[in-house]
Amino acid sequence: MAGGLLNNYYDVVAVILFCIGFTTLFLNRNLVKKIIGLNIVDTSVYLFLAAKGYITGRAAPVIKDGVASAEAYINPIPAGLILTGIVISVSVTAFSLALILNLYKKYETLDLDEILRLAAAAKEDE
Amino acid sequence: METKTEKSRDRAFSIFYSALCALFCLCLLSVLLVMAAKLPPFGDPGNPSNNEVPSRYIEQGPAETGAVNIVAAMILEYRGFDTFGESCVLFVAVCAVLALLRNEERDAFDELLHDMEESTHDVILKGVSRVVAPMIAAFGAYVIVNGHLSPGGGFSGGAILGSSMMLYAFSFGTREARRILSYDNCRRVMTAALLLYALIKGYSMFMGANGYSTGVSPGAPGRIFSAGLILPLNIAVGLIVACTMYILCILFSKGEMR
Repeated sequence: MAGGLLNNYYDVVAVILFCIGFTTLFLNRNLVKKIIGLNIVDTSVYLFLAAKGYITGRAAPVIKDGVASAEAYINPIPAGLILTGIVISVSVTAFSLALILNLYKKYETLDLDEILRLAAAAKEDE
Repeated sequence: METKTEKSRDRAFSIFYSALCALFCLCLLSVLLVMAAKLPPFGDPGNPSNNEVPSRYIEQGPAETGAVNIVAAMILEYRGFDTFGESCVLFVAVCAVLALLRNEERDAFDELLHDMEESTHDVILKGVSRVVAPMIAAFGAYVIVNGHLSPGGGFSGGAILGSSMMLYAFSFGTREARRILSYDNCRRVMTAALLLYALIKGYSMFMGANGYSTGVSPGAPGRIFSAGLILPLNIAVGLIVACTMYILCILFSKGEMR
């Protein structure tokens, strides 16, 4: 087990980053910090995918000197997948930040508990 | 009295919730660590992810698409519709943010925002960005246009181009930036680029989704005018990404774009 952990150190770092982001998502009450946690989770997934595509001693998948042999280059597919992931994460981040901005305009706080309390109080007032 | 017990109950619940979350995340961490230890070894050519698909892309890619950069060949030729979907996601994100942030009455939040209407009085920022912003834009254009020849492409080059537009808007003020980089211009460029992408990709799909049958020759790999339709597709993606970054940045820094 220890050997596997040492060998797959990229995956280990990705897993730890994932858990840091996930814990931030759970425990932080500040909505903007929750989004930062979500972005840390995204980053850990990119790191994991990039590590899956790497092959020791091979070059990046840009054909050099006309050598079109699969033995010379790393796996190009995870790079394409990460590109998709980055685009989706940017879009989701922008959308949630816009929602948070509207929440802030209404309740003048970023604290989720406070927002829920204020919303409940407003409902009782009606 | 009642509010006091309610408050203490709330506090007890929040402590319980935090402890439960921490416990859950620790359990998750240990499970994932065991999984990471049992994954195939890092960097091994025999890993299951290195199957016949990447070998096919690398061995046939340059001949079929004319692109030297296999990632560009993959995302714009073999999986071009996926990239079209990504560009649409960016477009929808901009639309959603616009719908959420536009036409909002100004209130206390505006005090937190920088007033970007006038240009900054910072001489150093202005002087540096006058020299640096065109260089960044030129580098972004280089990365986009060389997408099929070198690492990079529409997405990374578009992000670089977008950052030069942001630098220009932040240092010279939005009033100055609005002369060229107005919201209407960005929106037009973005929609036109998206339509161009859809047209090119739809054409290539109708012609058999193969680089040869589109009538555009893949050309000699390594030349700037090679790789058939990948170069215009890269330019379209780059414009979409640059305009998205710029519109989102201005919307979030100012709340509204005119």
